[in-house]
Amino acid sequence: MSGFFDIPSDLQNTYFGLIGLHLREALLPVLAGLLVSLPIAQLCVRFRWLYPPVLGVTTILYAIPSLAFFVVLIDYTGQTETTVMIPLAVYSLVVLVPAIVDGVRSVPAETLAAATAMGLGPVRRYFQVQLPIAVPAIIAGLRVATVSSISLVSVGMLIGNQGALGNLLNDANIYHRPELAVNSVLTTAVLAIVADAVLVLVRRVLTPWMPKESTR
Amino acid sequence: MIRIDSVTKRYPDGTVAVDRLSLEIPDRSITVFVGPSGCGKTTTLRMINRMVEPSEGRILLDGADIHAQPVNTLRRSMGYVIQNAGLFQHRTIIDNIATVPRLLGWNKQKARSRAAELMERVGLDSALAKRYPYQLSGGQQQRVGVARALAADPPVLLMDEPFSAVDPVVRKGLQDELLRIQDELGKTIVFVTHDIDEAIKLGTMVAVMRTGGHLAQYAPPAELLTDPADAFVEDFLGADRGIRRLSFFPSAALELQTAPIVAIDTDAARLGARAAADAPYLLVTDLDGRPLGWGEPRNLTAGSIRPEQLIPYGRPFVPGRDSLRAALDGSVLSPTGWAVAVDGEGRAVGVVSQQVIGAAIRTAHAEGRDDAKVGG
Repeated sequence: MSGFFDIPSDLQNTYFGLIGLHLREALLPVLAGLLVSLPIAQLCVRFRWLYPPVLGVTTILYAIPSLAFFVVLIDYTGQTETTVMIPLAVYSLVVLVPAIVDGVRSVPAETLAAATAMGLGPVRRYFQVQLPIAVPAIIAGLRVATVSSISLVSVGMLIGNQGALGNLLNDANIYHRPELAVNSVLTTAVLAIVADAVLVLVRRVLTPWMPKESTR
Repeated sequence: MIRIDSVTKRYPDGTVAVDRLSLEIPDRSITVFVGPSGCGKTTTLRMINRMVEPSEGRILLDGADIHAQPVNTLRRSMGYVIQNAGLFQHRTIIDNIATVPRLLGWNKQKARSRAAELMERVGLDSALAKRYPYQLSGGQQQRVGVARALAADPPVLLMDEPFSAVDPVVRKGLQDELLRIQDELGKTIVFVTHDIDEAIKLGTMVAVMRTGGHLAQYAPPAELLTDPADAFVEDFLGADRGIRRLSFFPSAALELQTAPIVAIDTDAARLGARAAADAPYLLVTDLDGRPLGWGEPRNLTAGSIRPEQLIPYGRPFVPGRDSLRAALDGSVLSPTGWAVAVDGEGRAVGVVSQQVIGAAIRTAHAEGRDDAKVGG
């Protein structure tokens, strides 16, 4: 008797193993995207003219279907997790760059002027004033990027079962076990909701200075 | 002393924000830059701590060019207070105040104890130390801004329209507080405002600037009110500069009359005697000597004077502490045309008529003119 949580042996993984794999494939790209976005966003804040073209480029990249990415990347990185994660990291930029730019720009002019006048140089100003104040906006961006990344990982099943929980969709088809598809969809949805909740929690811990009424 | 030496600020688009400005800012006093928006007052202030670099000219601090030391060292030696306070919203009040001491390398404990000391100095409850800026009112935030600027005990304090964004009552409180703190600390304060009343109240010296970055007049406030340099300054001072100038004339020399003052329990004989005195009204006080109101002698009956039948006495003034402006104001507010003088406890010490105040004003004017001549 094969049950809801019995994972076919071709995936060589347990249910929780798949969850771990799924989270890794979804979250590492977001982390990479964040690390790339921070300097790009700072350049966009510093040089205003740079922002519109950067936005254009990230939007175009977002418009490229993941399959097209896979076709190109497979020659270099093969049928691996990396091939799945690179497009996901690229996609996250379209959300993260504007989120960080908006966050950094939301620092009031008076606050920045006061920081400058107190003798904080540009580096201190960035790390001690602009970045901390941008945290709520950055986390808002991370929430969108994370949730979309978690749902997009499943596509990886198309390049040889690299889609973690998404692979269950393929197996549901092969083994005529529709419950596997339901499992895949539900588990992915729960992961997305939990990851989102964790980020909200992180935001609350990091920003005790925010007015309570604007807490979402 | 800060010396601004023919400083010009020209922007790449050709706009001249400050045009060959030269003046000396004396130590341990408040120098106010005042003028309409676009007159270059904020630009001038920001050139002193090099947030704006002059296109021409130079600025000397105690004889040395401000470029002689690293820019951040210069800035940390000058407190800076800005409109809306510009607090770090992500830091607690105490950590906001401790910012510059921390930058100067003080350890956390020392910086915080210094910050706590400053909270007290600017009149902030120590319970606010662990709060965040959003939990404070605008006036409290501005006090934090002042405390933060004073934290490292800088000799110079730059204030850029610090009280413009708070309501008039809070603003008055902050101004009085600043004057009190300045009495205690004696900083060299450069203060920018667009409010001429604020300039006259706070300034030891006032620099009136006009659009285009020109200095229209640089003088002590009383001189500004007496002798505006030109039509622009006169216009900027407003219509009632004559009245406002009275703030600089002391009321101590006013000749007060005590004869028309009677206590509410006064007896018929004394009431009669007072009524005979040369005053159309009598000031009735309570048993402690605090004024209740004016009464016409013929309407007052000994033993049955009721406070509600009395005429309001306006706002009393304290001779010596208040100015002739307060005395005149008191006499204008009272329908009888007489002002009531009280001591620090609010007990009536005398009354004075508009005629006497008017004479005192004329005398003060005459003396003021002589002083102006002597002063050059």
